[in-house]
Order: sequence, then C-alpha cells, then structure tokens
Amino acid sequence: MDMSVKKKLGLKEKYALMTRNLGWEPSYEKREDVYPLLDYEGIKIHDWDTWEDPFRLTMDSYWKYQAEKERKLYAIIDAFNQNNGHLNVTDARYINAMKVFLSAVPALEYNAHRGFARLGRHMGGVGPQVACQMQAIDEMRHCQTQIHSISNYNRFYNGIHDWKHMNDRLWYLSVPKSFFEDACTCGPFEFIIAIGFSFEYVLTNLVFVPFVSGAAYNGDMGTMTFGFSAQSDEARHMTLGLEVIKFMLEQDPANLPIVQKWIDKWTWRGVRLLTIVAMMMDYMLPKRVMSWKEAWEIYFEENGMSLFKDLARYGIKVPDCVEQIKKEKDHLSHQAWTTFYAAAPMTNFHTWIPSDDELDWLSAKYPDTFDKYYRPRFEFFREQAEKGERFVNPNLPQLCQVCQIPMLFTEPDDPTQIAYRQSEHDGEKYHFCSDHCQHIFDNEPEKYVEAWLPVHQILQGNCFAEGDDPSAPDFDPIASVMKYWHLENGRDNGDFAGSEDEKNFAAWRGMTTSNT
Amino acid sequence: MSVQSIRPFKAAAKDVAANFHGQQVVYFCWDQHLMFYAPVAKLLPPDITFQAVIDTELTPTYSRHPDFARIDWAAVQWFKDGEAFTPVLDTSLAGNGITHKTAVHFKTPGLNGLNGNGF
Ligand SMILES: [Fe+2]
Ligand SMILES: [Fe+2]
Repeated sequence: MDMSVKKKLGLKEKYALMTRNLGWEPSYEKREDVYPLLDYEGIKIHDWDTWEDPFRLTMDSYWKYQAEKERKLYAIIDAFNQNNGHLNVTDARYINAMKVFLSAVPALEYNAHRGFARLGRHMGGVGPQVACQMQAIDEMRHCQTQIHSISNYNRFYNGIHDWKHMNDRLWYLSVPKSFFEDACTCGPFEFIIAIGFSFEYVLTNLVFVPFVSGAAYNGDMGTMTFGFSAQSDEARHMTLGLEVIKFMLEQDPANLPIVQKWIDKWTWRGVRLLTIVAMMMDYMLPKRVMSWKEAWEIYFEENGMSLFKDLARYGIKVPDCVEQIKKEKDHLSHQAWTTFYAAAPMTNFHTWIPSDDELDWLSAKYPDTFDKYYRPRFEFFREQAEKGERFVNPNLPQLCQVCQIPMLFTEPDDPTQIAYRQSEHDGEKYHFCSDHCQHIFDNEPEKYVEAWLPVHQILQGNCFAEGDDPSAPDFDPIASVMKYWHLENGRDNGDFAGSEDEKNFAAWRGMTTSNT
Repeated sequence: MSVQSIRPFKAAAKDVAANFHGQQVVYFCWDQHLMFYAPVAKLLPPDITFQAVIDTELTPTYSRHPDFARIDWAAVQWFKDGEAFTPVLDTSLAGNGITHKTAVHFKTPGLNGLNGNGF
C-alpha cells in the first residue's frame, strides 16, 4: 500500500476545503432550480463569492468548543439538581419569570434552528450556507439545553408541566410563536434580517440582560449557566446578521429599500415581543438588574443608534417606530403587568402586587409616569384584594391582528387612551395596536389574514377540551378552555401569595436551614 | 397581490363571519377605563338589541368599576369603528350597522376613570 504522509492543513486551508471546495456549479440542472428561493423577494446578488465568513469556523474547532461548553453546562446543571439549586433563588416569585421564559423561548430556539437550517440549504453561496448551518446547530443546542433546564423547575413548581402543549395553544404564547412563524414563512433574505439582524443584533442585549444577569442577580445558577452557554454563540450569530445585511446592501443599490422595509418591520415586531421582557425586568425579578427604561436607553438608544450610524453609509435609516418606542418606554412594563395581573385566571404563572419597596423603586425609576398613572392602580388592586375582592377581568380581550398582543397599548401621546387602528381587506375588518402593526398588515394583508388568533379560535369553538360537549346544558366554556390548555385555575396561576409554590418553597427552604 | 410567494397562493382569512356559527364578534371598549386593560371581544347574535347588549354584556363586564353606577346613559358618546354614532336601543346590532368585527367604543364624559386618570 502506498502511504504518503501529508502535511497538516492550516485553519485557512481547512475552511477553504470545507466551504468553497464543497460548492460546485450545477451542470445538468439550472441554478435557479437548485436555489429556487433566491429571486422572489427581489434581492439581487451578483457575486456570492465576495461574501466573507467573518469567523471561518472549521468543523473540528467548532465541535471542540461546543463540546467543552456542553460538558461544563451539564456539570453545573447536575450540581444544581443535586444541591437543590432552585432553593437558592432570592424569592420564589422569581421562578415565575423562569416560567414565562421556559414557556416561550425553547420553541423560539427550535424555530430559529428550522429557519437557519433552511437557509443553510437555500443560500446561494457556500460561505453563508456553512455559517447558517452552524447557527442552525447552535439553535438546536439552545433549545435542548433549555428543555433540559425545565426539569430543574417543573418537578417542584406549577404551570410549566406541559410547556410544548401550551406553547401551541395558550393565548399569550401565541405572541412569540406567531413572531417566529412570521419569520419562518418569509423568504431567506427577510428571515435573516428578521432574526439574524433585527432580533439577534439590534435587540439581543435587551433579551439577555434580564435573563442571564437577572438569573445571576437572583441566585439562579442553572439558568445563568445555560444563558451564558447560549450567549457565547451570539457573537457569531450577530456577526452573521450584520455581514449578511452589509453584503446585500453592497451587492445592488436596488436592495436598499427592500432591506429598509424589513428592518422597519422587524425592529417593531421585535420590540412588541419584548413587552413581556420589559415586564419581567420591572416586576418579576425580586432583585432588579436595571429598569426596562434604562436597558432600552443603554442598549437601544446608545448602542443601537451607533449601529445605525454605521449603516448610514449604506443609506439605512433609523426605523420610524423608534420615536414611538421612546415614548412607550415609560409605560410599557406597567401596562403589561397590570394586564397579566387582571388576566390572572388565563395564565400559567403567578402574579402579585409589588411590595412597598418595589413601588418606591418603580417611582424612582419612572419619575414622570409611575406615581401619576400606575401606583394608584396597584393601590386600588391592593385595596380590593384586602377586602377579599381580588380584581380579575375574566373577559377575552381584543387582539392585534399582527403582534397578537391584547390591544392594551395606549396612544403614544395619551397614556389614558387605548390606541385603535383599523384596516379593511377583502370586505373584512382588521384591528391593530399601533400604526406600525397596521402598516405591516397593509403591506402584506394576505399573510396576516391567516393569523391564528387565540381569542377568535376560542370564540369559534376550536379550543374546548376533547370530549366536552358545548351544547350540553352544564357546559362551562372557560373551564373547558382551561382544560384544553392543560391548566388548573388557581393552582397554575392566580396570586403568588397563598399559592402552592409559595408554601412549598418556604417549607423546603426551611428544611435546608433548620432542623424542624 | 401584495404578498410575495414562490407560487400563486390564495389567502384563507381565518376569522370570517361564517366561521362563528351564526354569531359574530363585536369588540367593546369603555374608553379611559384601563382597569379592563383592553377592549373585550364578545360573541353575539346579530339580532340582539343594543339595549340587551348594555344590560347583559356591558353591565357584567364593567360594573365592577366605581364609575359604572354613575353613568348617565343618555349622555354616553358612542363610536363605531372610530365614527361617532347614536345607537337605537331597541334595534338589533345589525339594524345599528354593527357587523362582524365592528369595534364599538364609548366615552362617559366626566367619568374618566379613578382620579380622572384613565384607569
Ligand atoms: Fe439561540
Ligand atoms: Fe400590534
């Protein structure tokens, strides 16, 4: 046998072999048949080979780094489990922030995986194909580690026993779900602007700060670790998002208006989605990291703006919606938390009225609005609760056709007046929470008329528990919907005070610190 | 067709009236009363009278608010899809031009929420 010893390849050569040398020009199939998704969005790419993968990651170094991260992560998760790490959190109210996170985010990670796997197949050049495939694997890993982390909590606490089932059905979870489904049903270029640029680049810190730092501040090692493990992939993902946007803009001047429209749309979609994050930061972390308003100012108004300054040389403008978001930053979290408080029987986590200390913290962080508008609301709720008449709004809310959030947002210049926007399409009426959601609809009504709006689905009778008979004389529609969601009213939701979670946490923590 | 797609596609609106088994969705909102956080979505027969809507739907929905008992119904300002209108109380929703997915809002001048602050 003839054995010739080859010189070890350098990293650059390895990357070249894995990418460029894996790409070939089809000879008996037309290129547009092999890559059928590249033209219909109107983006023009003249030379895919000029795309440079900023990381030039090779498979062997990728596996090595990721495997190392996984080993560390699971070692910590094991230790967390064995030492009952859940009992080290500041206060069991914190676990409700985790319930929201774990109900919503693993499915988003999975959809990010699907989206990038599709791009790995459909992008026109080998460089972006490989980068998207790597990101697809990362997103699958994020999804898996989060699912594993659910068991740190759902063995002990209520409301997240069936996260996947609820993710497909529960009204407020349709907000993140439909966000990603909107992105996954876009063409490849819009998808990468939506997720790779707007979500991962522009808004990523606003997502990670409350979860990762929030976990650290609140003594939750398990979450902090899977948060960091995912976040260490983000630099790569963010760079991919930014490189692709620059690449599109450099390839053809006709791409600019299309890219701008997508940035406008997805910045708004992303910010609407972050409403729930704003609420978590200001209300659900017993030990606060910073206020939503401060986070928005640092991570968007400062960091985000410098990014847009960078892109200005390509002709990209700051999205119009930013003006509205600036006005909303003083109101968003308060409006969201009062909504969830009042909608208590329809959620899978507990709510509470902020303590006096917390009310003072909110007054200090929101000097222009909190005492004027929001403190009196909590004082009213507290008074009602003390009288034994805890306030609940049991009605189904009207939802925005685009973001699917209840129409709870007020006019940008009048915090006492709900904003209503309305369009007609094909003889049907459609309603929106804002100019920006209306604008997104008006651009592509055929897409959003197909939205699965939970409230309308309930009213159509599509969300009753299997086997229940809506025509039976004793049929209770609310009870049947709860059963369909796999939720037990009063156990999985409602007030934290007096809940099974509160009692168990106190009892278990007591066992770790005393002998009785 | 505004939507871009790789092949022709016909959108199927999910919430057309025909999907609600003879009833229709009507949204109501008592403006300046954010205690109820968002407009409510009600499933109603088109032939229910406006007065019956007030008595059997709006009253149980909103009566918890301290302002509710003080409403002078003759002075209420009604809006239908953003346009002011005067409902005929003993006439049906359909007769009042309220169709599937109409948004009905009402204002109660002088009653603008707790402390007049929109709540
Ligand atoms: Fe991820
Ligand atoms: Fe919206």
